[in-house]
Amino acid sequence: MDFKEKVLQVIAEVCEDDVVKEEQDLDIFEAGLLDSFATVELIVQFEEQLGINVPITEFDRDTWNTPNAIIDRLNELK
Amino acid sequence: MTPYSSFLFFIILAILLLPTMILGIMGKHLRYYNVFVSIAVLALIFSGGDEGFYSLVIFTVLQLVLIKGYISYRQKKNSSLVFYLMSFLSILPLILSKILPFLAVDNWASFLGISYLTFRAVQIIIETRDGLIKQQLSIYQLVNFMLFYPTISSGPIDRFRRFQKDEEKRWTPEEYKELLYKGINKIFLGFLYKFIIGYAINTYFIMDLDHIADGRFSYHLLYMYSYSLYLFFDFAGYTLFAVGVSYIMGIRSPENFNMPFISRNIKDFWNRWHMSLSFWFRDYVFMRFVFLMKKKKWIQNKMLVSNLGYVLLFLLMGVWHGLAIQYIVYGAYHALMMTAFNYFETWNKKHKRWPTGKIMTIVSIVITFHVVCFGFYLFSGRPFQ
Repeated sequence: MDFKEKVLQVIAEVCEDDVVKEEQDLDIFEAGLLDSFATVELIVQFEEQLGINVPITEFDRDTWNTPNAIIDRLNELK
Repeated sequence: MTPYSSFLFFIILAILLLPTMILGIMGKHLRYYNVFVSIAVLALIFSGGDEGFYSLVIFTVLQLVLIKGYISYRQKKNSSLVFYLMSFLSILPLILSKILPFLAVDNWASFLGISYLTFRAVQIIIETRDGLIKQQLSIYQLVNFMLFYPTISSGPIDRFRRFQKDEEKRWTPEEYKELLYKGINKIFLGFLYKFIIGYAINTYFIMDLDHIADGRFSYHLLYMYSYSLYLFFDFAGYTLFAVGVSYIMGIRSPENFNMPFISRNIKDFWNRWHMSLSFWFRDYVFMRFVFLMKKKKWIQNKMLVSNLGYVLLFLLMGVWHGLAIQYIVYGAYHALMMTAFNYFETWNKKHKRWPTGKIMTIVSIVITFHVVCFGFYLFSGRPFQ
């Protein structure tokens, strides 16, 4: 599994919906798939499964809003 | 002089901001002239004597020392204890200003806008802890951010890194004209909200309720609706002034309201009402609390973690408004509503009993509207009189 697939897998697990794997430009906040509680879960999973540390204050809903955007941001932080 | 409370204030502001507008339209840097405007307006606001000028000065110096000291420290070490201590010291003046009135002594710690300014300062300490602010900040940068006059009295609460981007930016004439247009538009909408609609509701309805209502129950019911609407138009009007003036100064201060009365549920409401405050609590209290619980694995139960987070958030938010009974009850009420909704949402995800569709959306909006209005009724303090 490459990095992108891994990230998508983590997002899908946290959102409890596989739609994020297909529609990678979907706004997951507007779609109601992610709230602030799930966001924290996502951050914890990134740290545990991918070893990437995302500060909570870095996770801005304007720039981390779609699966593709999240992959880009994580690539920057890798 | 209280900001945005009189036409004199707006006239003085318009005269002071005229050069800003000319510089902006010419595509020049706004920051240097804006410093002059800021000093002039701050002097105007705080020269009255009742606004706590000396407390403001001491507060600002204290925050500067704490922030600059913590950034220097954080460049070398990162102990949690130091972080919590610094955060506590940063909030201490606010705590004092809330407690002193109860000790029947002079409230020397308080000044106009202390609740809002504290949040701007603590936020810098938290982002330094998270490694998002690494470089030492200059006194100019910090003072300029903390004492940004358009939003000093009641917010919106901006974020340092966002503010800084706008502050450093040199807008092109086209970009600035767009900002200016939006800013002026907001200010005039603010006049409509605060001085026409809000004023009318208060003067011709709320103050006349004794004649309008025909019983105790109808009095309180009508008071609940009218006070909720008044609170919205008054506060949203003020916010439009604050954001509009910010835009004219080249700073896109965040919005506070996004049609809160069409919220579909209580969670949706808190994404639409007093947004800069609720997002502050979401990012710096709720999410950090949940993260800590998950990371340290202190509490395993998801539902319990999120509910405890809501209770913490809304009780703090209540107390932040003041230590009076109505604010504490208001906080507790919203904590209760959020946890109840949390249970409902989880249950409905499994069973899918709540029908969807246009009519149900309207039903949801009507229910939420009443839940929210009852919250404002508590907030108003009327039931406790």
